[in-house]
Amino acid sequence: MELSTIWFWIIAFMFIGYFVLDGFDFGVGMSLPFLGKDDVDRRVLINTIGPVWDLNETWLIVAGAMLFAAFPEWYATMFSGFYLALLLILLALIARGVSFEYRHQRPGSEWKKWFDGMIIAGSAIPALLWGVAFANVVRGVPLDADFNYIGTFFDLLNPYSLLGGVTTLMLFFTHGVVFVSLKTVGDIRLRARKLAVRSGLVTIVVAASFLAWTTFAYGTVASAIFAAVAAVTLIASFLANLRGMERSAFTLMAVTIGLAVLTLFASLFPDVMPASNDVANSLTIENASSTPYTLTVMTWTAVIAAPVILFYQGWTYWVFRKRIGRSHIEEQVDSPEVAVH
Amino acid sequence: MNEWLDPLLLSRWQFGLTTIYHFFFVPLTIGLALTVAIFQTAWYRTDKAKYLQLTHFFGKIFLINFAMGVVTGIVQEFQFGMNWSDYSRFVGDVFGAPLAFEGITAFFLEATFIGLWIFGWDKLPRGLHLATIWLTAIGSTASAYFILAANAFMQNPIAYEMNEEKGRAELTSIGELLTNPIALASFPHTIFACFMVSAGLIISVAAWHLSRNQHLETMRPALKFGLWMMVIAGIATTLAGDQLGLVMVEAQPMKMAAAEALYTTATGANASFSVFTLGTPDGVNELFSVRIPYLLSFLSTHTFDGTVEGINNLQAEYVATYGPGDYTPTIWITYWSFRWMIGLGLAHMLVAVVGLWATRKGRLPRAPWMWKVAVWSFPFSLLAMSVGWVFTEMGRQPWIVFGLMRTQDGVSPGVSGIEILISLITFTLLYGALAVVEFRLILRAVQKGPDDAPEPDSESGEIKQTTTVY
Ligand code: HDD
Ligand code: HEM
Ligand code: HEM
Repeated sequence: MELSTIWFWIIAFMFIGYFVLDGFDFGVGMSLPFLGKDDVDRRVLINTIGPVWDLNETWLIVAGAMLFAAFPEWYATMFSGFYLALLLILLALIARGVSFEYRHQRPGSEWKKWFDGMIIAGSAIPALLWGVAFANVVRGVPLDADFNYIGTFFDLLNPYSLLGGVTTLMLFFTHGVVFVSLKTVGDIRLRARKLAVRSGLVTIVVAASFLAWTTFAYGTVASAIFAAVAAVTLIASFLANLRGMERSAFTLMAVTIGLAVLTLFASLFPDVMPASNDVANSLTIENASSTPYTLTVMTWTAVIAAPVILFYQGWTYWVFRKRIGRSHIEEQVDSPEVAVH
Repeated sequence: MNEWLDPLLLSRWQFGLTTIYHFFFVPLTIGLALTVAIFQTAWYRTDKAKYLQLTHFFGKIFLINFAMGVVTGIVQEFQFGMNWSDYSRFVGDVFGAPLAFEGITAFFLEATFIGLWIFGWDKLPRGLHLATIWLTAIGSTASAYFILAANAFMQNPIAYEMNEEKGRAELTSIGELLTNPIALASFPHTIFACFMVSAGLIISVAAWHLSRNQHLETMRPALKFGLWMMVIAGIATTLAGDQLGLVMVEAQPMKMAAAEALYTTATGANASFSVFTLGTPDGVNELFSVRIPYLLSFLSTHTFDGTVEGINNLQAEYVATYGPGDYTPTIWITYWSFRWMIGLGLAHMLVAVVGLWATRKGRLPRAPWMWKVAVWSFPFSLLAMSVGWVFTEMGRQPWIVFGLMRTQDGVSPGVSGIEILISLITFTLLYGALAVVEFRLILRAVQKGPDDAPEPDSESGEIKQTTTVY
């Protein structure tokens, strides 16, 4: 396989990592109004992702930088073409990130309400827009001969891409709610399971339609297989949740998200950004990639660094494996002086 | 088209604004990570409660600040593609690699271990927990190296080959790219400048409390620490800056000429450094100026009889090489930003030396003006940092990659002025609002001062560490 092809799949891997990891952060954020009955509940929710949301988000930063280095043309076309959509994502990520940090700095409930709102919006907006953006990449956008996007913001809002957006939104929502059931104790855990049943049903309908549409309109044999398996694991996750098998439900949800991303990348291959107006203007793995030298350097770095990174990130999840509940938060409230914050 | 909607102008404003803003937080992250790591190590070694208090106290400021560094950093990463897509196509093969390295090696490290540090107080053994803050500090320092190596390519493009067919620069040697002389000089200069900024913060905070006669137990050692850090980092910054000046003159003689507003080539004593000029610094109507003979020659060549090329010569030279055009950066900006950077830096060192003398052998100065001056250490060291960058980046104009690509050719052709205006306005508003919240939170944390020393557990004698929760 050519190095550039390998990098196409490495990019896919990075986005899988990003969506699987930050996906449940978004889901937890969006679940605040549903599961967070009072402030203690909401703090329980936020603390399930407290130690890891930053590292999860870093997957996006690294994915972006790798895209820049391995496929400069793709990075340039996509980021300038989806300008306003990315702006919204950036604003949302900023709001979400600072809110985690600021929310608990003051006791007042007015203050907290503000930041709760920003966490909810800051999670829902990217969850929706990432789907819209990637669906548009698969669908193809109008490009000129220099690979510049020549459509408008509103061209990005078409039925297929909007369905893609709702799909990621629902996938991440359910993923997050299942994560909450896996990471908490007590009443909130049971409520999360119940919510996951309801949202799971909607997710199945939405995701199945999107995957079917993708397969029939843009699919290949490989993407069809990924889509079919994704549908199966999604349903399996739903059933696992029904039977209270939280760990399996979560793992299967992660696998589903991974397979959904693979479906999109397999439909794209060997293009990276097909032009909807003229095939000659399409960006392909071939014409969008960096030189073999740069790709070689990058490959070595990735190969050496990956095991180390996966190890210490895995270890982090292990350190924070314990479930948390209301008692942990209340204990803090009793002895605020000892807390770092 | 309406000139207010010029995508180039708006993109430049946006990039300058968001980058300077990002760099308000980065120096504190870099400097305070080290500071907190040192205090925690001191606690680990000595078990003295005051060091634990200082760790928590500066740790809290560090964290409030950290979130902003991260979220504004994402904007940086995206902006190259969003606003400078032609630039990204042109340099991606070269410039992308250090950015990717930065993500792979530095950002992951930093983002992971900061989480472990914040939430790991009661979950990790003491030694391991101490290691997490050191790894965070190493991660943020490494990130600075890679981003500076990327920036150095724009200042002094090397290790590339032009591919005319694709119209882009292509990497020929990663080793050479990462050891760009500009990067080797600007890394220590920037890192030590970051230490000056965090030293500034420590001095400001400690002075504020000490002048009110409170928290003496912790703030005395903090003040000493900050003063020493300022003096040492200041000397190192100056030495590195001197080195940086040498390589800069070689790579971009125009920048040094612009720093001095030197229009005609000068040698030896005539290559003087003007400390201060009244009138227009365009060299035409100089009314009054204080000059140090030979200094410019020394800064540029490390000899007293060196020749420093003037703007007029260089402009003619560049026209001959690159074709007709204006190759002169905006002089008043380069002239004053260079002076403010150096002047403020020297002023800080002076303040720190006086401070060390005034606090010798456990004394504390009584004169209120001394405390008043000290409290300003932080904002002014941050200002020195920012104008240093303004000098570097504005002094490179009109080039985005020196000698290879003009800024005007790097802007995204497909993005309209309206879109950029929307993003510029929203970033300005959001960043402005966040600045207010951020400033208030830090101020609150600072004024509250360190928490009381935690009581040892009555049974085991250990100090109970509660994990932080949001
Ligand atoms: C606290 C901040 C601070 C202080 C006191 C100084 N600098 Fe500085 N300087 C910076 C902070 C800075 C910076 C971090 O803002 C820059 C921007 C780019 C860089 O690498 O460092 C910079 C850039 C910069 C450049 C431009 C490099 C280029 O464009 O390639 C030169 C020549 C110097 N500095 C020289 C000095 C000298 C001779 C100093 C003291 C005598 C000095 N700086 C003090
Ligand atoms: C934190 C320190 C930095 C500050 C404060 C800073 C500031 C600025 C400013 C004020 C401009 C606008 C100049 C103009 O348009 O006239 C600019 C431009 C730019 N800088 Fe920096 N910069 C910093 C670091 C970097 C680094 C590390 C990189 C690259 C890795 C970089 C890349 C660019 C690019 C691509 C432009 C846009 C083109 C241009 O306008 O020249 N900057 N920067
Ligand atoms: C001299 C200029 C710069 C230096 C030394 C620098 C260094 C750093 C450091 C130390 C951090 C982590 C600390 C913190 O979060 O507060 C950080 C955050 C970040 N910076 Fe910068 N930066 C510079 C300019 C830029 C530019 C031009 C970019 C664009 C590529 C950039 C991209 C980022 C990103 C993406 C993050 C967030 C990383 C995370 O999640 O941990 N930085 N930067």
